[in-house]
Amino acid sequence: MQPRSVGIVKTEYVELFQPPNELRLDSGEKIGPITVAYETYGTLNADRSNAILLCHALSGDAHAAGRNNEEDAKPGWWDDMVGPGKGFDTSKYFCICANVIGGCMGSTGPSSTNLRTGRPYGLSFPVVTIADMVRVQRELMRHLGIERLMCVSGGSMGGMQALQWTVDYPEMVLSAIPIASAAQQSSQGIAFDVVGRRAIMSDPKWRGGNYYAFGDPPLDGLALARMVAHITYLSEVSMRRKFGRRLQDRERYGYDFATEFQVESYLYYQGDKFTQRFDANTYLYITKAIDYFDLAASKGSLAEALREVTAKFLVIAFTSDWLYLPAQSREIVSALKVNNVDVSYCEIESDYGHDAFLLEVEEQERLIGNFLSGVAREHGIA
Amino acid sequence: MSDAAARLAYDVIVDLVGRGSRVLDLGCGDGLLLARLMAEKGARGTGVELSQAGVQAAIARGLSVVQGDLDQGLADYRDGSFDWVILNQTLQSLVNPSLVLNEMLRVGKSALVGFPNCGHWRARWHLLLTGHMPQQASLDYRWYDTPATRLLTIADFRSYCGERGINIVREVFLTDPDGGRPTRWPNLRAETAIFVLAGQIEGRPRQRP
Repeated sequence: MQPRSVGIVKTEYVELFQPPNELRLDSGEKIGPITVAYETYGTLNADRSNAILLCHALSGDAHAAGRNNEEDAKPGWWDDMVGPGKGFDTSKYFCICANVIGGCMGSTGPSSTNLRTGRPYGLSFPVVTIADMVRVQRELMRHLGIERLMCVSGGSMGGMQALQWTVDYPEMVLSAIPIASAAQQSSQGIAFDVVGRRAIMSDPKWRGGNYYAFGDPPLDGLALARMVAHITYLSEVSMRRKFGRRLQDRERYGYDFATEFQVESYLYYQGDKFTQRFDANTYLYITKAIDYFDLAASKGSLAEALREVTAKFLVIAFTSDWLYLPAQSREIVSALKVNNVDVSYCEIESDYGHDAFLLEVEEQERLIGNFLSGVAREHGIA
Repeated sequence: MSDAAARLAYDVIVDLVGRGSRVLDLGCGDGLLLARLMAEKGARGTGVELSQAGVQAAIARGLSVVQGDLDQGLADYRDGSFDWVILNQTLQSLVNPSLVLNEMLRVGKSALVGFPNCGHWRARWHLLLTGHMPQQASLDYRWYDTPATRLLTIADFRSYCGERGINIVREVFLTDPDGGRPTRWPNLRAETAIFVLAGQIEGRPRQRP
């Protein structure tokens, strides 16, 4: 076993929102039952006060840390930060991570079977929002007997969920750590998501979203969506360093259209790899949820929207992130300051772009570890 | 500035700040002063710091610190939202000192400004004799690499406040390293100056709710 690893973990499943207690979504539609896939790491203490909810990003899942099987090549998506002695120290805290509603990694989403029809939902799956994802997580907490979260954290879309938690359930959240995130999806962010969705929907194999029965999903469209998105996760500097103009497996130009640049080969690889684990319709739904996200919208201003927030905040951004700019994190910090909310902000110097939230481990481990120790001290959590 | 001198200045500041005050420390560095204010005065404190290393260190002390540039102002804070706004050993590095000082007086009921006094006799003597800019203990750099681009004297700061009608409530002067507190000829004898200024909200009738 790796040092500081949570080891072998098992993904758990629970059915929530059994009819007639279906979940009422932002769209007005109702859905239930909803299966939620989740994992937990560490031990819940006697007074149930050391629970931390980790929220995943667009392509993430419930498997945040450790390995599901001895043979797994890779650990969970946030294994660098979650484990004994790590930033989210599982020897002290009880961490939970659940696949979001609309997902394709065990929680109910468009690829799940609609119990009424016996067929996969496809596009008949209702459109969900970040607030809907949080509603499902809140119900999961009820199921787990957790009434108060010591912290909610996540990067990117995970940070959006953390923010939403502090607004929708202020009494339940002691602290929040949104990382490389924003209080609203920017026009530029929406633009890239639109390109991704169009790539999928214009793949003839997408078939209006009803591709499940044909055994021939729209992999090209999904791969293309991922390639575009992946560019937004990097930075000009990181791409220059990693690939430059170097060619892959050849010395000089071939004067043809074979894959020839290293960056080209990398993007193809990332696109294809993604299609092996991700559902195209889920990509549509989750990017749509991100695009709808705008905390300020219903209240006129972000400061107004964050008025009831009581959680202590640590906001983290990365200097080279151009998908979720540090300026967007500073907006969150400003709105919290206006409301006299206890907030810390760190802008980590990094060339990795948006991906930095998964890669800049050392700085984040210290920041988050120390911040959580402070929260634990303040609230007598042991 | 020597560690000992810094500590002496901290002692003065901790002494001045009232118990349970809400404190904003601008340029809080590793948060040592804030941590002392919280531990010794039960202050509720928050800091602003430009450097990532400072922010890391301050958070490690359990403090709330926002990484940011003071020269952008303090627009997010409401008028009079702090009992004390502290600018200790940071004034000399600001690009927009007037903006920052005005903002301090707006958001703080009291403002505290601590800076190295370039009017000290040793600095004057050095310039007079050698023709080179002084490198007194509190200004360890040369003219080309110092972050302290605002060199001022006690007399300068007094006239600055006088010209703007800023009310100086208290002055504390320190000599380095013995911590003497000269009251006569401070501009000649003190290495460090600490000024307490009255925030705007103090002089203004309280707004009715």
